[in-house]
Amino acid sequence: MHHAVLERWSRGGSPWHARDARMKVLLLVAFLGAVATTPVASAASLAGYGLVILAAAFLAGLPPGAVLLRAAVVLPFSATFALVSLAGGDHQRAAALVIRSYLSAAAVLVIVGTTRMPKLLRALEWWRLPRFFVLVTQFLYRYLFVISEQAQHMRLAALSRGGWRFRPAAGAVAVLFARSYARAEGVHHAMLARGFQGQMVLLTPARAGWRDWLFLLGGAAVLAALRFGLEGVWSR
Amino acid sequence: MEPLIDVRDLRYRYEDGTLALDGVDFRLYPGETVALFGPNGSGKTTFVLHLNGLLAGEGFVSVCGLRVEKRNLKEVRRKVGLVFQDADEQLFMPTVLEDVCYGPLNLGRSPEEALVAASRALGQVGIEHVRDKAPYHLSAGEKRRVALAGVLAMQPDILVLDEPTTFLDPPGRRALLAVLRGLPQAKLIVTHDLWFARALAHRAVFFERGRIVRDGPLEAVATHFGWDLRAGPEAVLDPEG
Repeated sequence: MHHAVLERWSRGGSPWHARDARMKVLLLVAFLGAVATTPVASAASLAGYGLVILAAAFLAGLPPGAVLLRAAVVLPFSATFALVSLAGGDHQRAAALVIRSYLSAAAVLVIVGTTRMPKLLRALEWWRLPRFFVLVTQFLYRYLFVISEQAQHMRLAALSRGGWRFRPAAGAVAVLFARSYARAEGVHHAMLARGFQGQMVLLTPARAGWRDWLFLLGGAAVLAALRFGLEGVWSR
Repeated sequence: MEPLIDVRDLRYRYEDGTLALDGVDFRLYPGETVALFGPNGSGKTTFVLHLNGLLAGEGFVSVCGLRVEKRNLKEVRRKVGLVFQDADEQLFMPTVLEDVCYGPLNLGRSPEEALVAASRALGQVGIEHVRDKAPYHLSAGEKRRVALAGVLAMQPDILVLDEPTTFLDPPGRRALLAVLRGLPQAKLIVTHDLWFARALAHRAVFFERGRIVRDGPLEAVATHFGWDLRAGPEAVLDPEG
């Protein structure tokens, strides 16, 4: 069965992949903060954020085109709100919504695509995110694969019997849910049977070396330059 | 001799009202390998899920002298290694090595100890060469052996295997058989595979409608039900009974 592209990307061996997940999470939060607070008139800064994402994707060996395409998944949602702003005559706000959400989604994709999920979850835990949130994310991630596999099995079975049409497909959603539920229960049993107690224990505990600190400081400097430096240049 | 597994008058009813276990009495002794037969839905899997506390019915269940209850679950799950019917449910870490280390790490072993245990377990099942592969890239037989290694790395006293030959081709079944023969643990094997059971087990238990209706030497149980123990690897019992 096919596994999610993100999972495959996160198995890469680039220096970007090797960086401490805690640093990546911190830089991501800084990036999101910078994007969210940059005035939409600062086109150079916004373009700079886009270039940073492309450069990061390139350095990590992720296909930049695929990253940009997948980030577009947020556009229908942000465009809906942007339309409301447009209808109210606030063009700048509408543009800000679309651009910021798109850049944020692309940045999240780069981080998730270069960090294995167990490490990412441990990093979130380390940053004191509520345990409940981390657990729910952990199971959601695991069960997304379960549902995706079940859906692919059912699609193949339908195709082999003549087609995958809308009406039967819609009816199959209920079956998919029931099958996924049973499968997820099996997965949960298997995890408990091997001692799972609500926390992913990593084989290689997180350790930040000088490269990780360099990565964090370098990333922070680039972000600060984009957020404050270019804005100043633009306004002069 | 003290039994490793002691089950008395175990009853379990699913939420939909189905009575899955209806007064099961069972004991497994050190060194034994027992085959659990029975039609689909007769309660075999429900029964084995009770052995490490994944289900909790009415009655008495103890493992290596420990009552299977909440405060003992961690130790009970170390002692009973449960290999699931579908290896895909069991394997979920990014690489084989990480997956086999998952159990020892959960038991509180250090990463170094977990690596030693995992390497030993992979060696026991003869599959060290796939340690850096992603589990979903493996064949069904390899997945089954990795799932077994994941359990062996926890150094259990008892191995419980739920239909271990499902999805395996004849070479895969023979390879798994050779691995299991070399393992010293007492074993409980849920199966419809008569050839496989005969090669491993001396005792057989037959489940029907949530009860054990036969328990004795494999030959005696086979004679009672008219099974042909001389049959070859294709001898699989009708799972519908």
